[in-house]
Amino acid sequence: MSDNHDSAWTMEIRSRNGWFDIDVSELWRYRDLILLFVRRDFVAYYKQTVLGPLWFLLQPLFTTVVFTIIFSNIAHISTDGLPPFLFYLAGTIGWTYFANCMTQTSNTFITNAGIFGKVYFPRLVVPISIVISNLFTFAIQFGLFLAFLVYFYFMGSGIHPNLWILIIPLLLVQMAALGLGMGILISSLTTKYRDLALALTFGVQLWMYATPVVYPLSQIPAQWQWLFALNPMTAIIETFRYAFLGSGAIQPWMLGVSFGMTFLILALGIVLFSRVEKTFMDTI
Amino acid sequence: MSDVVIQVENLCKEYRLGTISHGTLYRDLQSGWAKFRGKDDPNSIIGSHNRGQMGNTDDRILALNNVSFDIHQGEVVGIIGRNGAGKSTLLKIISRVTAPTSGTIKIKGRGASLLEVGTGFHPELPGRENIFLNGAILGMRKSEIEQKFDEIVKFAEIDKFIDTPVKRYSSGMYVRLAFAVAAHLDTDILLVDEVLAVGDVAFQKKSLNKMKNVTSEGRTVLIVSHSMPIIRNNCKKVIFLKNGAISAFDIPAVSVDSYLNAANEESRYLVKEITSEMHTTGISKIRVKKIQMVDENGNIQEHIKYHQPLIIEVFIECIDAVDNVGFGIIISTKDNVILLQTHCFDKSNAYWNLVRGRFKVQIRVLNQLKRGHYSLQFGAHQKPFNVSLLDIPNALTFEITDEPFQPEENYSQFNGGLLDSFSDWSLIDI
Repeated sequence: MSDNHDSAWTMEIRSRNGWFDIDVSELWRYRDLILLFVRRDFVAYYKQTVLGPLWFLLQPLFTTVVFTIIFSNIAHISTDGLPPFLFYLAGTIGWTYFANCMTQTSNTFITNAGIFGKVYFPRLVVPISIVISNLFTFAIQFGLFLAFLVYFYFMGSGIHPNLWILIIPLLLVQMAALGLGMGILISSLTTKYRDLALALTFGVQLWMYATPVVYPLSQIPAQWQWLFALNPMTAIIETFRYAFLGSGAIQPWMLGVSFGMTFLILALGIVLFSRVEKTFMDTI
Repeated sequence: MSDVVIQVENLCKEYRLGTISHGTLYRDLQSGWAKFRGKDDPNSIIGSHNRGQMGNTDDRILALNNVSFDIHQGEVVGIIGRNGAGKSTLLKIISRVTAPTSGTIKIKGRGASLLEVGTGFHPELPGRENIFLNGAILGMRKSEIEQKFDEIVKFAEIDKFIDTPVKRYSSGMYVRLAFAVAAHLDTDILLVDEVLAVGDVAFQKKSLNKMKNVTSEGRTVLIVSHSMPIIRNNCKKVIFLKNGAISAFDIPAVSVDSYLNAANEESRYLVKEITSEMHTTGISKIRVKKIQMVDENGNIQEHIKYHQPLIIEVFIECIDAVDNVGFGIIISTKDNVILLQTHCFDKSNAYWNLVRGRFKVQIRVLNQLKRGHYSLQFGAHQKPFNVSLLDIPNALTFEITDEPFQPEENYSQFNGGLLDSFSDWSLIDI
């Protein structure tokens, strides 16, 4: 009978298929679920905290103050002639968004094992919703940054917002893609190696110091800049700062490398994720 | 045959026993390094090389072994089997929670979804939002949920609490809401894993009715259950899984019977030595040594023929004299429905006074049982305060076979009830 009615089957379940096994149209069908997850995270967050969104502001503020004291006032690291506070704030909020996306999506399989074990929906829905949820946090922190930017601008501290600002939405998407890519890459690996989740905590910290967050790229000797360019976050943070503050050592080829690396990591993440998502319930 | 909606072909699912790797990168590297230097793996289980003797060299089990079947549209199909037979694994593969090791499943129509209770409910969110969230997890679009929202709330009987966070719900309300959302899904295939065991009796009934409605709409239902009455009364066909393979796929009567049969195929003859572990009460002065079922000539039986009197013999030993003892038996179906209960004092109103020694208690019971499997419980108590002296719940299971007077088809189709009446029917002119 299968000869006549093969075309009528709407779904075929078999063991792992090819390398790239993500059904994009299916993901689109579940877009309502993505939005509901975002909403759930958001509402649940506010119902549980006393200070609510204030936490989102305190965290970058404190970090920035600490950075200003240690790296600028004590260590005297250059900030390219920019007001140190604004310099660190810009780096911090950009980095925070990426780091949050990455660390939160890296738990996807383990924290959702209960629900994944009971019902099927495209597993990518969860990391995607996390990346979107974090956009709200970013928006609040970005507002804070803008407020300080305006303040410093009118105080005449030599900052020059320029047309590179137009590229910011693109950078945001790139950070989301990179955070998602790294996150699902790690979450796929943590189904087998739980200790990677521990390594991640200080891995993120190390990565931050390998990225020009607390120092400008201009401080890096020219012969080593290519190495820093391989880190996709370098170009993102540096461009972000350049666009709003008007000072930095970013070169277009670095952005190109950064795009390439982001694409590579995301693609690798999706491939690994799609291989793991079908059977991880048996190993976790 | 175009109405086949689920076609399962040579489905296998293999699980590896024990840990797959050590679970941490550090230990995997450690083991790898030891191997590289030609030393013993520091993480290997001591004595693990002995396991080969048990014929289990590669620690793998086939949870599903070459399973194939077709399910037609609108059927309610039951899946039964002992724990670990692969029932839930099968549902998980059909619902795509996990992937098969080999083989394929082809599905026609909108995907299969598992009726799982409260998956993805968030305790902080009110019932209203959880309906949307849960519905979306199960694959519904927001607009669909909006359409069915009132129906779901009405079915779950939680109208007043729709804006209360579900963490304040009673467990009954929680389960009702969860079932309501799942049951109103617009999928062509519904998978039900033992959820009907929840809620009160009225809600269970409502749920079962809903399932029936669902099939009349042309949707297909697969139920995994350990409750034989639910399987018998609701399924059209039943798959009996045994050690990951299909042992029977037939009408409920056949599959359920062979399942129950397999569950107690320990002994061929209706005789059982009773050990002290089988006594559920503590130490008392009376111990049961053996229980058997015999025919008129005292021969131990393999099974009881239809209409043949039930003669039960219980061998007991009294360690000391006991007065005012009442013995009793209970015969029940394999679904634990009690069919009859009888005591030694039923007719004579006399309790027994036993002296020290060994005795045989013989019980003759009029056999009104239909063909099938039954279990026998034996117990004793002492009069003044009804102290339980002994209780052996599953003392013996037996089968009634051969119903000489009943043509099979007519019998199963028209005779409801649990007992035979041996009625004589006649049509008399008046």
